[in-house]
Amino acid sequence: MVSSRQSTNVGTVSFGRVRRIWKKYDLAIVGGVFVMLILFCTIFAPLLTPYDPTVNDIKVRLQGPSLLHPFGTDQFGRDLLARVLYGGRPILLVSFLSVATALALGIAVGMSAAYWGGWLDSLLMRLMDVLLSFPSVLLAILIVAALGPGLSNVMVAITVSMIPIFSRLVRSVVVTLVNEDYVAAAKALGAVNARVIIRHIFPNMIPAIIIQASALLAVAIGTATALNFLGLGVEPPTPDWGLMVSDGQKLIFDAPHVPLFPGLVITLTVLSVNYIGDGLRDRLDPRLRGQG
Amino acid sequence: MTYLLRRLLWLPVIMWAVASLTFLVLRLVPGDPFASVANQVLDAGQLERTRAVWGLDEPLWNQYGVFIGNLVRGDLGVSMSSGVPLTRLLFEKLPPTIELALAALIVSSFIGVGAGVVSSTTRNKFLDYSVRNLSILGLSVPLFWVGIMLIVVFAVRLDWLPVGGRIGAGVDYQTVTNFMLLDHVITGNWVALGSFLQHLTLPALAVSLTSAGFAARVARSSMLEVIRLDYTRTARAKGLRESVVILKHALRNALLPVLTLQGLQFGTLLGGAVITELVFTWPGMGRMLLDGILKRDYAVVQGAVIFVAFTYVLVNFIVDVLYHVVDPRLRKSS
Repeated sequence: MVSSRQSTNVGTVSFGRVRRIWKKYDLAIVGGVFVMLILFCTIFAPLLTPYDPTVNDIKVRLQGPSLLHPFGTDQFGRDLLARVLYGGRPILLVSFLSVATALALGIAVGMSAAYWGGWLDSLLMRLMDVLLSFPSVLLAILIVAALGPGLSNVMVAITVSMIPIFSRLVRSVVVTLVNEDYVAAAKALGAVNARVIIRHIFPNMIPAIIIQASALLAVAIGTATALNFLGLGVEPPTPDWGLMVSDGQKLIFDAPHVPLFPGLVITLTVLSVNYIGDGLRDRLDPRLRGQG
Repeated sequence: MTYLLRRLLWLPVIMWAVASLTFLVLRLVPGDPFASVANQVLDAGQLERTRAVWGLDEPLWNQYGVFIGNLVRGDLGVSMSSGVPLTRLLFEKLPPTIELALAALIVSSFIGVGAGVVSSTTRNKFLDYSVRNLSILGLSVPLFWVGIMLIVVFAVRLDWLPVGGRIGAGVDYQTVTNFMLLDHVITGNWVALGSFLQHLTLPALAVSLTSAGFAARVARSSMLEVIRLDYTRTARAKGLRESVVILKHALRNALLPVLTLQGLQFGTLLGGAVITELVFTWPGMGRMLLDGILKRDYAVVQGAVIFVAFTYVLVNFIVDVLYHVVDPRLRKSS
């Protein structure tokens, strides 16, 4: 009896509470819903459109938006809505993967540096300083220039340009934590390094990491679309938002709707991720509580 | 002072590391720029000789030694596709890029600071809310797309401004410093100046729209911080007008973080020049870098990347020094 009553209490969410949360995080929630929608649309693109994004149909080339083609068609008569739906795949895949990889490597580098300190700390952090001495877009371009164009190289490039940001963050958080009493206590009780890191240090840096990761996700989407726009990423005819804008640039006199829609979708996606990031920061960063 | 001295001594080390990393990264992948065209154009003997001319048959260590030796003497190498020395290419391509970056920086500083002041003085009102959303929109929208959309509206539809380029095709002008604003003023060529400014407007606007978002956010939070402080309260208590309190007392103290950000953004703008210059067919260093990548002309890529990274490092250093000079609180703590 008791347990069931408790669970109903937890399950009940009062209308007032929902309204308070909505009032405080409305934009983050809208952003979250939009990102979910974009993810859903790109993953299930084949179910949502009857058109193949790579099949040409010259008879209907360069048509403006209509019922049959809501976003119009491009110079090869390909349906632009279909291309926008499929075109999110390379960008989103690369962005999520590169932020996740950079995060994992950044945690490894930052933690090793902070936890062991000494020469390892100096070596790793000076290396990160060197990477940060390049403007990040330039570093990404340099890496793609060396490895050659291609989506996987774009991913490597974005990952490398983000590792120093994560490792510096992780290091700065861990350095303060290492000197905390509870970590010293755990060490004194004979806990091994791995256990101290996983049980005591890691949970305390999660908020800072989440905030940084959401901000960098927006940056990653921006960089990935820019590299694809420059022709350094995916190759035509693969549908891709950045590449579609670049194709559309040649058509600004005849069919400005071609670059319009993919760019709009990129903007809304990055905007949503930024709103989510701001919401997370308001929620998780104790220094910002009470500000607005 | 010791902090600045350490930073100064560290400067050549970081530049050496940046140059070495660029050199190594571009040689990570086996094969060289000539191998990709070799099969169609050169036979095996010619390929050997071409490699020897460029020193590509030497071991990596020797190539590195030559590269560093040249770099110290200010020689960035020679373009592999055109045979023109990089220093001459940079003299030609750098001024347009710097012009555009500076123009964008000035415009975005005004927009950003203005927006930040408006936002912080109407805190949590409708105006603040709109400005905040506009600035987050500004930093979300991709630069290349904003550029194209501005061209569609102002150049194609309204026909107010040119589609691209740096100056009108039929305009006569003299080159002195290759900074067009300066050149046209020196030579008193107002027709060329007008044409140049028309061409500059859209790219500068596109770049500043995306960088003003950051400036506005920093300006707002910096203003909010300062408005809470005692000297602002004192200024109000003295009975000064609100506009004087905000613009003279609060803003002047809140500007420092914004100036720092703009200093740092200068380097980022140089890096982003690749995108702007492609969209607006602006004949600067970004286009040169992109051409270098597409032609696999590693000398050009290497020279351009090293140059921009050096500028970035130097600007960061100068911003840091200025920060210490301007803010006495920092001087004491270091």
